[in-house]
Amino acid sequence: MGQFASFADFLEMGKHGLYVWLSYGIALVIILYNVIAVILNKRRFFNEAKRRLRREQQL
Amino acid sequence: MKIKFPLWFYQLASPKWFYEITSKLLPWFTAAAILLLTIGCVWGLVFAPPDYQQGNSFRIIYIHVPSAILAQSCYMLMAVAGAIGLIWKIKMAHIVAKSCAPIGASIAVMALATGAIWGKPTWGAWWVWDARLTAMLILSFLYLGVLALSSAFENETSGDKAAAVLALVGLVNIPIIKYSVEWWNTLHQPATFKVTQKPAMPPEMWIPLLIMVIGFYCFFAAVLMARARIETLEREKRSEWVRNLIKEIE
Repeated sequence: MGQFASFADFLEMGKHGLYVWLSYGIALVIILYNVIAVILNKRRFFNEAKRRLRREQQL
Repeated sequence: MKIKFPLWFYQLASPKWFYEITSKLLPWFTAAAILLLTIGCVWGLVFAPPDYQQGNSFRIIYIHVPSAILAQSCYMLMAVAGAIGLIWKIKMAHIVAKSCAPIGASIAVMALATGAIWGKPTWGAWWVWDARLTAMLILSFLYLGVLALSSAFENETSGDKAAAVLALVGLVNIPIIKYSVEWWNTLHQPATFKVTQKPAMPPEMWIPLLIMVIGFYCFFAAVLMARARIETLEREKRSEWVRNLIKEIE
């Protein structure tokens, strides 16, 4: 498929497999970090806000 | 002199309006980012022809160039937003500037790391103290500096101002990055995309690259909006509209 004869060929990237996959791996990790950081921030804000609201209602 | 801006420009300064408009825009940018990055990766990794000199290691370009471009654009946005915040005292501008810093820092690291990995098979070294690479390293330190300054103060406004001033001073680094490959002797190749010229690559190589660049921008827009939204809620938590929003979710 594409420029490669087989899947093994694709993974090997003509002896450059390590460099190519390391680069794409780092990119994936950094993209996921950005997404997960946002999700966690959002959850933290709403959890805290709800707790604050409940405390106010008790008073 | 009085400059007249369109209405949306003023509305953008309203935290509530920003929160509402971005809730509509966010899913579109997220979908575009996923679609473009998937197409770009598959095209770049599988279908683009290998480089006649570099072989398949050239495929790193599809991560390296978009991340390097985005790291610089993000910095410029951060500095301009900071300046708008300093001059017109607009809260929203500082929120955007602050939200740019962690994203930009991570993207600068991506550009540096993929550059180092690409350098090894191409130049024979992970790192060289060359003008382009050094200026890019300084960019990532500037991001970390802005990040540290914006949260170093007890008073939020002082943090915003200090971070904006550092971001503006650091803006001088951006033309240095851009012209570093022309001003100094370097191993680094010149720009891939130029406004005035057709790319030196064949279309089956640069079209996926262009798709990746646009995909990275969409990704950045989505993450920036999401971060700025949370920062807006955090800063406006005592306002009526945020309190109502939280009550609705309860």
